[in-house]
Amino acid sequence: MNGYVYFPGCSLKENSKHYEESMLPVFKEMGLPLEELTDWNCCGATAYFSVDDTMAAAICGRNLSLAEKQGKDIVAPCAGCYLTLKKSNNYLLSGQGRAPKILNALKQAGCEYGGRVKVKHPLEVLVKDVGLDAVRKKVRHKLTGLRVACYYGCQLVRPFTDFDDPDYPTTLDALMEALGAEPVDFSAKTRCCGGLLTGTIENVGLRLNYLLLKEAKRKGADVMVTICPLCLFNLELLQGKIIKTFKDDVQMPIFFFSQLLGLALGLSQDDLGFSRSVIPLKAFWEKIRNGGHHV
Amino acid sequence: MEIQRKVKYEQELDKAFLAEIKRSSHCEEIDRCIQCGTCSSSCPMSIYMDYPPRKIIGLVKNGFKEEVLKSFTLWLCSSCYTCQVRCPAKIRITDVMYALKRKAIETKVYPARFSIPVLDKEMSKIISKNGRNSEMWLILKLYLKSRQPLSLLKMAPLGLKLMKAGRMSLKKQSIKNKKQLRTLLKAIKENG
Repeated sequence: MNGYVYFPGCSLKENSKHYEESMLPVFKEMGLPLEELTDWNCCGATAYFSVDDTMAAAICGRNLSLAEKQGKDIVAPCAGCYLTLKKSNNYLLSGQGRAPKILNALKQAGCEYGGRVKVKHPLEVLVKDVGLDAVRKKVRHKLTGLRVACYYGCQLVRPFTDFDDPDYPTTLDALMEALGAEPVDFSAKTRCCGGLLTGTIENVGLRLNYLLLKEAKRKGADVMVTICPLCLFNLELLQGKIIKTFKDDVQMPIFFFSQLLGLALGLSQDDLGFSRSVIPLKAFWEKIRNGGHHV
Repeated sequence: MEIQRKVKYEQELDKAFLAEIKRSSHCEEIDRCIQCGTCSSSCPMSIYMDYPPRKIIGLVKNGFKEEVLKSFTLWLCSSCYTCQVRCPAKIRITDVMYALKRKAIETKVYPARFSIPVLDKEMSKIISKNGRNSEMWLILKLYLKSRQPLSLLKMAPLGLKLMKAGRMSLKKQSIKNKKQLRTLLKAIKENG
């Protein structure tokens, strides 16, 4: 397929609007303007696969078929959407189990799928397809002195390991380095944030997220960047409760990687969704003003 | 206190259970398990589980259907896939957990009022109907169906924060071509 179409999923239209707000201008700046997949439906995430895996693969098949009609590969910024669409794509192409029946049902519903679409994550596109050299050339404002904990979470690097390491991935660290920031050696970078468990079994979720914030603090990070809406939601919005529960000041801004990328590319900070943070950003902006320098 | 037998006799086991699970998608390799425990030691949730993943696989292989389907383990698995990428026998353990979750929902033996299966079911229903999830409505349904209205009140400050940052709306999201989605799901049901 030639070019990419953007799959937002539910989070980027609601709680993670700032992911979309920063991702789209960044891709435009990099010369890859993204259009939204027409009439996309939700990927079903972990929920639909827990109820009915055939239906779950079928609704993903509809999205793949829509992208094929537009003649483009899919870019899915949410790690959950990325995994779910990629997993369903592999399953539909495998010819195993109920895959042939699902393809048949897609045809009956007028969304035939020929198996030509690839599912990618924007980090993968930026680092592997666009390349870090091209990014470096576009950097206008180096993020010098900013210490960043790069948090990959689970579903971007597992179970599919074709683009980075499942235990100690480095692509996001390399990207942050290309922006002039200083990635810290964050050993918890792929430890689970608990995903949806924070909403259902809160005490378990709080502890998992506390461990992540504590480790990032211990390594001297100023901020944490993530690639997943659910990780950001947990790490950012539970912070108040975590600080109270564990009596430990682990407060830290949590950003989407595209927000820092946009800042380094010289895009206006007002257009990158920073105002949607519920954590105070005063110390962060001071660091950017004092440490960063124009290229 | 009544003292109960802690072991099961062989005739009480469900011999067909392993074959039943092996038929699910991505579960074909389950009987390759060598009980090494790499999964349990990798799992960030195993400290909360009644049966860690290694035991679950062992129980499935030996027909302990009731113990497995009633276990908290299934609902504590957050799909982080760490066990799956590390398993030396290449068993897709996370996918096995999905198959077990589906079986537990199907046979209605999950712990009552346990909100994770409720969340899974409600989210699937919303997507099947509208094509898109609406976060606010999903949260409302979750707390009403799992009968925890008090938790909803506790969530209110968080909701307000999100509203203030423009990150939550009451608008119901929906796709345009709902008819196509209905046709697709109907076709799957009929040919399934």
